[in-house]
Amino acid sequence: MTDSRDFTASRRGFLGLAAGAGALALAGQGGPARAQVRTSAHIVILGAGAAGTALANRLAERLDGARITIVDGRAEHWYQPGFTLIAAGLQPANYSVSTTDEWLPDGVTLKPEYAAEIDPEAKTVGLAGGERLDYDYLIVAPGITMDWDAIEGFSLDMVGENGIGAVYAGPDYAAKTWAAMDRFTEEGGEAVFFRPATEMKCAGAPLKYTFLTDDYARRKGTRGATNITYAAQSDSLFGVPIVNEKVEMLYDDRGVERRYDHVLKALDPGRKVLTFDTPTGEEEIPFDFTNIIPPMRAPEVVRQSGLSWADRWVDQGWVEVDQHTLRHRRYPEVFAAGDVAGVPKGKTAASVKWQVPVVEEQLVAQIAGDTTDAAYNGYTSCPLITRVGRAMLIEFDYKNHLVPSFPGVIAPLEELWISWLMKEVALKATYNAMLRGKA
Amino acid sequence: MEELSFETLIAVFEEVFGTFLFWSLVVVAAVITIGYIYVLIRDRAVSWRKFLLAQLSMPVGAVAAIYFVFWVTKSGFADMGGPIDIIVLLGVGLAGAIGAAILVYTVQSMIAPPEQES
Ligand SMILES: Cc1cc2nc3c(=O)[nH]c(=O)nc-3n(C[C@H](O)[C@H](O)[C@H](O)COP(=O)(O)OP(=O)(O)OC[C@H]3O[C@@H](n4cnc5c(N)ncnc54)[C@H](O)[C@@H]3O)c2cc1C
Repeated sequence: MTDSRDFTASRRGFLGLAAGAGALALAGQGGPARAQVRTSAHIVILGAGAAGTALANRLAERLDGARITIVDGRAEHWYQPGFTLIAAGLQPANYSVSTTDEWLPDGVTLKPEYAAEIDPEAKTVGLAGGERLDYDYLIVAPGITMDWDAIEGFSLDMVGENGIGAVYAGPDYAAKTWAAMDRFTEEGGEAVFFRPATEMKCAGAPLKYTFLTDDYARRKGTRGATNITYAAQSDSLFGVPIVNEKVEMLYDDRGVERRYDHVLKALDPGRKVLTFDTPTGEEEIPFDFTNIIPPMRAPEVVRQSGLSWADRWVDQGWVEVDQHTLRHRRYPEVFAAGDVAGVPKGKTAASVKWQVPVVEEQLVAQIAGDTTDAAYNGYTSCPLITRVGRAMLIEFDYKNHLVPSFPGVIAPLEELWISWLMKEVALKATYNAMLRGKA
Repeated sequence: MEELSFETLIAVFEEVFGTFLFWSLVVVAAVITIGYIYVLIRDRAVSWRKFLLAQLSMPVGAVAAIYFVFWVTKSGFADMGGPIDIIVLLGVGLAGAIGAAILVYTVQSMIAPPEQES
């Protein structure tokens, strides 16, 4: 997108377009413009992903004198919404890759290792290398762990061969998935898609990839020789009823077959079959191309910490926070942001954009001995790509209500070019601005 | 939707183009605009001859802008899905047309000031 070719004739046109698209994607709050608060508190942030990095930048700007330490063992920062574009052959693998370091402000200390232990009673975090950090406030933002081992017969080294894809596994795996999808759509066959029964990040992504595979088969003239099946984990394709209806309609239109209450159990790469658990027992579905998405859970360090809900999502371990303030319900100096937060919606980068200002306000108020009304309403959004060149904007809240950013201008649940532009052009820019604390 | 601040918009543009390219583009746009205003003031009148040629460049600018956007975004006319898409597309075309006209007019005026016109 930072290409300077061809700019002279059409620069204005493109700027105008990007202005529109950029504005549309910006359904969040502006940068922190309020007065600074003085404190000598030590704030530890676990995870330098979307939520952790944005909070490091915002808090560094907002707090005067605070010591901020961010912990993340991965040297690469991954822009994960880009994985879908990589797996559709529209971007190279490095489109999603930057360094963790480059987004962090001066004055914030990065510990380049994983957290191994959290003790919320003693208020300490143990690092993988053995170091122990004492904190006054802790922000838990280490995202999601993919439980690849939960799928019998599967391992990540299979990705890219025998029609096996794994868009979620990382930028390189997304690129390998594209290679497999590209080959598959040259000839056709059985494509089988599904999602895990756990909570997952960007629940629209499996649906998008189904649409994209359909689109490529059509463009290459092999759709007639292709069967596409989507096996839902429950009795619906998407958790928000109005969205579910629309996707059902579109899948009818595209000829995507559906199964319900199917949860993947095993993969046999030799026989090329997927085995699903269903209410009536196991069922095998043969495949020539598939996208493996495993169960998703909170990282081990969180599940061991005692910070998880005891009575909800017990096999997944999301952090027990108040769904509006994102403050821990038992340890008031602990917050969770991003995918790891135990709230009913919100496992998208767009949600992070709405959560981060809330955590900032709540934490700053707490430090200042004050309170605030800042609250997260469950805002979750996902541009649901329906083919290369079109997408539907889907934005909803805790109540399953649609909360369109531009009511009357961009219709939700309509397949539009402008929604595609937002995903293709404006989303990464907005994400990056968010990382810097500016969006 | 919460309020959209100007600062946020600038931040997003910096990310779309890269900080350097974005501000370079702003400078280029500013220079062309200043050049345009300069020739208008210097010549004390709009040269209709030049304006005619500038107008002829407008369709070219419009088409170029639209194809550039399609190229950057891997899409095409078939992807237009609703009224807002057409409006945005027309906006892109219009911006390209006006941009091209101003550019052509300014360049002509710089190369051939009025006294050199035959
Ligand atoms: C294929 C795909 C498509 C997506 N599409 C979209 C989309 O279209 N729109 C959208 O809004 N969102 C989308 N998302 C979701 C979005 O990427 C996530 O919701 C977002 O990144 C969550 O941010 P986070 O900070 O919670 O986690 P992450 O960004 O994943 O960051 C977590 C960080 O924590 C670190 N970490 C892990 N364990 C530890 C530990 N023990 N100690 C310290 N650090 C640790 C990790 O290394 C990582 O850097 C998509 C995701 C995927 C995978």
